This record gives sequence, C-alpha cells and structure tokens, in this order.
Amino acid sequence: MKTGTASGQRTAKKVGLERLTSTAYWFEFIKKWLWILVRFVLIFGISFVILYPILLKISISFKSMSDLYDPTVIWIPREFTLDNFKLVFTAMNYPSVLMNTLWLSTAVMLLQTITCVLAGYGFARIRFRGSGLLFAAVIFTILVPSQTIMIPLYLNFKNFDVLGLIELFRGSPANLINTYWPFLISALLGMGVKTGLYVYIFRQFFRGIPREIEEAAYVDGAGYFKTFGRIILPNAIPSMVTVMLFSFVWQWNDSFFTNMYLNEPKVMSSMMSSSGYTIATYLTGGGQAAESYTQDPFFMSMMMNTSVLMAILPLLINYLFVQRHFVESVERSGLVG
Amino acid sequence: MKLKKLSLEQKNRYYGLYFILPWFIGFLFLFMVPLISSFRYSLSNLQVSNEGFTLEFIGLANFREALLSHESYVRMLTESVLNIVVNTPLIIIFSLFFAVILNQKFHGRVLARAIFFLPVILASGIIASIENGDLMQSVVRNANDMTGGGLSVLKNLDLTIMLLESGMSPILVEYLTGAVSRIYEIVSQSGVQILIFLAGLQSISPSLYEAAKIEGSTGYEAFWKITFPMLSPLILTNLVYTIVDSFISDQTSRLVVDTAFKSFNFGLSAAMSWIYFAVIALILWVTTALVSRKVFYQN
Repeated sequence: MKTGTASGQRTAKKVGLERLTSTAYWFEFIKKWLWILVRFVLIFGISFVILYPILLKISISFKSMSDLYDPTVIWIPREFTLDNFKLVFTAMNYPSVLMNTLWLSTAVMLLQTITCVLAGYGFARIRFRGSGLLFAAVIFTILVPSQTIMIPLYLNFKNFDVLGLIELFRGSPANLINTYWPFLISALLGMGVKTGLYVYIFRQFFRGIPREIEEAAYVDGAGYFKTFGRIILPNAIPSMVTVMLFSFVWQWNDSFFTNMYLNEPKVMSSMMSSSGYTIATYLTGGGQAAESYTQDPFFMSMMMNTSVLMAILPLLINYLFVQRHFVESVERSGLVG
Repeated sequence: MKLKKLSLEQKNRYYGLYFILPWFIGFLFLFMVPLISSFRYSLSNLQVSNEGFTLEFIGLANFREALLSHESYVRMLTESVLNIVVNTPLIIIFSLFFAVILNQKFHGRVLARAIFFLPVILASGIIASIENGDLMQSVVRNANDMTGGGLSVLKNLDLTIMLLESGMSPILVEYLTGAVSRIYEIVSQSGVQILIFLAGLQSISPSLYEAAKIEGSTGYEAFWKITFPMLSPLILTNLVYTIVDSFISDQTSRLVVDTAFKSFNFGLSAAMSWIYFAVIALILWVTTALVSRKVFYQN
C-alpha cells in the first residue's frame, strides 16, 4: 500500500517533469498569460478613456484663477480652492435645483415603472386578434423620433384640455408649460422618455416566466390581480431595478423634454446647458465682481466644468451604491429576448 | 336566459386589456394624435397666438423649403446619416468584444463592469455637447500631448504608415485610425449595448460550451460556432437601438428644435422632422432586412 503511493508519486513527478519540458505545455501557458496581459491592458485603457473626462472635470473644478494661467499646472492645481463650487452653488441656486430634479426624477421613475410593468405583463399574457399589432405599436413608439411629435405635444400641453372639460369649468384651457404636469402625465400614460424600451424589457421578462405558476395560483383560488401582485411582481424585481435605474437616470439627464416644457422650475439638465450664462449674469448683477471674469473664456469654461460635475455628482454617488445590484439584476432582467 | 359564462382564458384576455389600458390611452392621445397633427402641420403654415393657433394649408411648400432652399438642413442631414453609417458597426463590434471580455472571470471584474456601465449613467446629449465645445478640456489635452503623457498614446501616425505599407487599402486604414481617435464617442455610446450583450451571454447555457470542449473545439471556434449565433438576435436588437439612439442628440435634431422654438417656424420644423424620420426608417429597414437573414433563432 505504502510503496504503491510512493511509486505513484514518482510517476506523477515524472509526468510533471515531462509536462514542463514539452513545448505544448509552454505554448498553452504563454498563450494564457498573454491573453491575461492583453485583457488587462484593454480594460485598463478603456476604463481610462471613460474616467478621463470625469477626472479632468474634478481637476479643473479645484483650480483657482492663477492655476488657469500657469502653464506648468496641468492636472494637480497648485492652490486647491473650493471657490468654484461655492460660486456655482449660490449662482445656480443649487439646493433648490437639486430638490426639483430629485422630486421630478423620482416621481417620473415610479409612475413609469408602474405603467410599464402593467403594460409589459399585459402584452406578455393576452392573446387576441390584434395583440401583435398593438405590440408593433410599442416598437413604433421607440422608432419615431420625439422631434416628430414635439410641436403637437408642446401645443397640446400649452392649451391642455380633456374633452373640453377644463374649458367648461375655467373658461379657457389650462397652460401646463413650466409645470411638472407634462412629465407626470406622460410618465403615467407610458409615453415619457424611452418608455417603449421599458415596456419591451418587461414583456420579454414576463414571457420567460412559465404560465404554470399563474395557473397554480388560480387553482389555489387567487384572483387575477392578486396573482399579479403576490406572485408575479415579486419575481419581477430584477427587471424593475433595471428599469427604475434607467428611467431615473434618463429623466435626470434628459435635456430635450426639459428644455421644451420647463423654463422656470430649474432642473439639473437645464442648469448644465445654461450655466455659463447664468453665472455671468449673477456676477455682473452682483455688482463689484470683476467684469473681466465674465469676458474670460477660460473662466467660463471652468465654471461650465464645475457645474457639469455638480450636476452629475448625485448620480455618481447614487451609482456607487446601486451599481452592484444593477449589474447583477440586469443579467436576470429579461433584457434579452 | 342564462348569461354565457366566460371561460378562464377568455376572462384573462379582458383582464389583460386592463393592464394595457394606461399605456393605450397614452399611445392614442400622446402619440397617435400628435403624430397625425404633426403631419398636418408639416403641410401648413402654423401661426401661434395667445388664444391658440391657426392653420393655413400650403401643400408641400415646407418640404420644398427644407430640401431645396434651407441653408444648412441638407448638409446636416447627410452628416448625421454618414455619422450613423460609420459609427454603428464600430459600436456593435466594440460592445460585443467587451461584453465577451467582461463576461470572463478575472480579478477586479466587478470594478471593471462598474466603470464600463458609467456611460449609461452619464451618456446624454447635453454632456457630450458641452464636452465638444469646451476650451479648458482642449487646453489640458494639448498640454498633455505636448508633454507626451495622457492620451497622446492615441496619436497613431506611425501606426497609419505601418498599416499602409503592409498593403491595406487606404479607406480601411482611415476607418480604423479614425475609430481610434473617436474612441471616447464610441465608448460613451455603447453602455447599454454592452449590457444587452452581457445579459445575452449569461443566458447561453454552459452545457453547450462543455460539449464543444469535449469535442475538442478551441476558444476561437466556440466563439464563432456558439456565442456568435446565439447572440445574433441581440446584434439585431442592438443595431436598432444604436441607430435610434444616435438620433436623439445629433445636430439635425437640434436644428429641428431650434427651427421650432427659436425661429418659430413650426411648419418647417415639422417637415424637417418628417424627412428625418423617413430617412431613419429607410436606414432601419435596410439594416434589419440585411441582418435578419443571418440571424439565428433557437426555435
């Protein structure tokens, strides 16, 4: 018994030696490590490309005016300063902008998720003449660019009226421009930013859930809506996380609809697009702030970078916390048909 | 007379309709009706006043103006279309490649994925447009190039010469080197596509790869014989998504918006957006027709 294992060890050693001297082994070995090296370089490189603008913004936003004109300063400012942040903070009325955006994005996210999960479930489960046509309509809403229906939508919300009812009570149609109503109404009715995509994601997900689960619930005496609420929805959480993240982020960044419907209640995306102008008026309106500042393209650009950084900062912080959930849930979310 | 009792399946159909109802109302009133009126506007002269608006039918004059006499529309439209034609294949190949890499097991995978999905969070027209015209960024970039650090790796003059000398066609060389210098644009547009591919890769059953390995296939063969066909429906999905997505923030759509809300020429703007939509539809139709012939479906 003992000698048996000893000879076994000896042959194993011999085989190991043979393996070390064979070219095929070394070929495999080098191939493997070469690939690991190439992969590392690729991933590192692309990560750098992605992070570069953010790092650059961070670097710029801490610079002071003297650093701007110092040719030896490229990345790390000589004098760190928080003045840029302070200026953007007060000139942009940052806390109120933040609250507006947070409020709007959260409300839109919730309404959109509810409507789209319902529609997605409906599309996955009903079969009647024309249901395919209805789903083609969903795809159609994804394909038609929003610019095409922009003007009628704008006029619609400018003279908002439901079947003449509002005119009956108030004498004239309501003007919903510069309120949050256009966003809330479109989100509630599933016609907001990229909602067609969300309906599609949910439908694909629900098609993957076997019908037997529902049938079992019916047999146990659950009604249709109870089955949906108690059995189906808890299963759909991964895809809901994905859709909620998408819808929050895209509402936050959306500049098309916000520029169209909103001038007065400021949100982040409009803050980003108009920051240079607002800060200039703030500084000149403030009196003694040197006029040369507002004339200086370097200064304006520095402000621009700082305000963009501040606008996306809440998203970045948020992302730090949810990204693990996000990536894991996407893999099970029915994003794939 | 007794009412006919509905079977469970019939009942479910009607309940299914309740689920769709909110979406359907939105579709009718916030999509169908605006779409039709947008078409009407494109054929008319639209005057907005405080009490509402008036329409005056003028036929195809708006379309004629957009195509024949507008100073920049046709040029911008061609540029947009060219951009799409050039960028879309790059985005698809790039995102497929990195989805496969991110699907492998290695240290720091979670971090790498988190970084690669950042563009999903940040990608938005407004950030990109600020980026392009930004002075500070270009100043720092120039300084970097001069000191030889940072992105000057992307200076690919030597590479171009080398490729040309090795006998590649100049068009292809220009395309590839152009891709390298546009890498940020491509990366920032491919976040969602990487996600879709990655989700697809996860859903391929590992037993397929095991069987292939037992049969003695190499990784290269496994990719082309298993991964690629299994992902081909998603390539189609991603193609459509990429094409549609690139319209949202490009210069033509900005021109359409400006025509409406800065020059207040609503009719012309509607006509522009309809021409634009027709072009998109054409591109989509051609690509899906070409690609879907090659797509493999499991059932």
